[in-house]
Amino acid sequence: MSVRVGHAAEAEDFPMAAKKLLQNRQLRDNLRHATDVIRGKRAKVVNELPDWEELRSAAHEVKEHVLRYLGSYLEQFEQKCKQAGGQVHWARDASEANGIIAGIIKRHGESEVIKVKTMTSDEMSLNDALQAAGITPYETDLADLIIQLGEDAPSHIVVPALHRNRSEVRQIFQEKMHLKDLGDRPEDLTAAAREYLREKFLRVKIGISGANFAIAESGSVVVVESEGNGRMCVSLPRVLITIVGIEKILPRFEDLEIFLQLLPRSATGERMNPYNSIWAGPSGTDGPQEFHVVLLDNGRTNVMADPESSETLDCIRCGACLNACPVYRQTGGHAYGSVYAGPIGAILTPQLQALEHSQSLPYASSLCGACYEVCPVKINIPDILIHLRGEIVKRGDAPLNERIAMKAVGFALSNGRRLSTAQKLARIVQRPFEHDGNLQDLPSMLAGWTTFRDLAAVPKTSFREWWAERGKGTGT
Amino acid sequence: MLEGLGHTVEFRSAQACCGQMHYNAGYQTHALPLMEHFVLVFAGAETICIPSSSCVAMIRDHYPKMASRAGNPELGRQVADLLPRVFEFSELLVDKLGITDVGAFYPHAVTLHPSCHSLRSLCVGDKPVRLLQKVRGLRLVELPDSEQCCGFGGMFAIKNADVSAAMLSEKLECILNTQAEVVTALDNSCLMHIEGGLSRRRAGIKCVHIAEILAGTEPVSQA
Repeated sequence: MSVRVGHAAEAEDFPMAAKKLLQNRQLRDNLRHATDVIRGKRAKVVNELPDWEELRSAAHEVKEHVLRYLGSYLEQFEQKCKQAGGQVHWARDASEANGIIAGIIKRHGESEVIKVKTMTSDEMSLNDALQAAGITPYETDLADLIIQLGEDAPSHIVVPALHRNRSEVRQIFQEKMHLKDLGDRPEDLTAAAREYLREKFLRVKIGISGANFAIAESGSVVVVESEGNGRMCVSLPRVLITIVGIEKILPRFEDLEIFLQLLPRSATGERMNPYNSIWAGPSGTDGPQEFHVVLLDNGRTNVMADPESSETLDCIRCGACLNACPVYRQTGGHAYGSVYAGPIGAILTPQLQALEHSQSLPYASSLCGACYEVCPVKINIPDILIHLRGEIVKRGDAPLNERIAMKAVGFALSNGRRLSTAQKLARIVQRPFEHDGNLQDLPSMLAGWTTFRDLAAVPKTSFREWWAERGKGTGT
Repeated sequence: MLEGLGHTVEFRSAQACCGQMHYNAGYQTHALPLMEHFVLVFAGAETICIPSSSCVAMIRDHYPKMASRAGNPELGRQVADLLPRVFEFSELLVDKLGITDVGAFYPHAVTLHPSCHSLRSLCVGDKPVRLLQKVRGLRLVELPDSEQCCGFGGMFAIKNADVSAAMLSEKLECILNTQAEVVTALDNSCLMHIEGGLSRRRAGIKCVHIAEILAGTEPVSQA
């Protein structure tokens, strides 16, 4: 088994990728605007609910319960799904899942598929795998279509083309749909996408979807969306293949009551999603006549193995933590080098890969806690970031200069006497860098600070010296 | 200021660091002896005032876990004994002492940066605002997007210097828009970061910890 999360293993380290993206003024304007809008909408509809905190706690409890008994719930789901006429496939990793899906399509002699938004398929690099097998995938979610036509990568879990503005979208459509005279009003762009997609919906015989939830007691699958393109994808084709990450299970149908309140409010600031599609197996002559579910592990059992951080798998992919994150707001999603960006991506991506790749991601946070505050399933992201940093240090993978510095500083801070001595030493060592009471152009790691900011010099009299002179320190 | 209110203030010179920097950077094994030293130094103290919400957050949120991970029940008991006596500065005044008017005078336009730990870990709410509103001569100016992080984050400011600086720029824009003379906070760490940025821009705005404002008895000289 080998876990791959998109192209995360080959991605540039976060600080380097971020540095480049920060130069893009247009991108940063788009990001600020988009995250401000979604944050505002979310806050409004969340504040309407008097029991929001109870809902969050309930969701956390349900998800933690599912993780504890995941094995039996998955087997129950398989059994119920089969009873309803579905076919269930188990995939240990992305390449197994891609192979299963390509196999189903080939067996039907087809060479095209339509897709409803599924981040999991991006995690699997499904589109690349299908193309390599001679199959053409068409993304039908408007934002995913923009990404696919623009030969781009998603930058947000819920709003994958968040980094693009209207005129950029127009340019992509003009070029790829051969529409020279296309306007840039929302109506123009929507109409162009509709015409382009309708033809695919009516022609292509196999659909691929992801799932927001999979219900163990009924074997049913749930997809929520805003456009209706997903509804087309799961109802028009003859064959439907649904990819489900194994952590998406909910025990009972009534558990949806909690999650269908939390998810839309957190994700898009809507009280309810315009389209909620729930199905269990094929039915009569209406809709798909053949239904497959691919249950994907791809590192999820790695994540489950560590009790300090397994609650990462509680995530319902609402993206609220991305919109709230002051780091994401500056860099956008591409800096994270993974289909999963933002705070949740910073903990999920490295864990799926058993910390063998993406080690810079747990450091891509100031630990401000805004992500934890908005998380609808109460994942303590800051604590998990700290835990993962600890795991990286434990493996000996932290940079040598950092390890030496932390050891030295740890020694200097270990008691009051050493701290006093360190302050006195610093007053001498800082002299060459001191200008008007500020330190500038510091060497090595500290250059990261003084490139952008001044640092107040250690003062002539420290607090403890002042206090001692004041003659009131009782000391111990 | 505390003495003026009739309290006896003791500074135990053996104290050093709560261990937050090491803990947050992933050096949890280095943080443990710092925590043990902290617990030892402050054992028996009646009330522990910590004028830094991030240190208080470290102690409240992480000390109990650290003790239990260290497999040391005695340390766990000492931590449990310590926690109810730990107060952040504004908590001490408003919650423990029940005071909002400390009799301070500070004739300046001041804006408050509500630091992340004070907001989201300690949940101090409007305590610092209530204290500042009672300061004579002080004009409190609202900071736009106040709840956004300043970009400090300890090692983050060094390991992700470019992103940290971009976050700081946004914070500085908001501060400059207020036209305040002074920025204050419950945390010197955020203030050190903000001050570094303001100083580099020659902005002429001072960063002053809330304790200094609340201890103000006469006009301070302009920077």
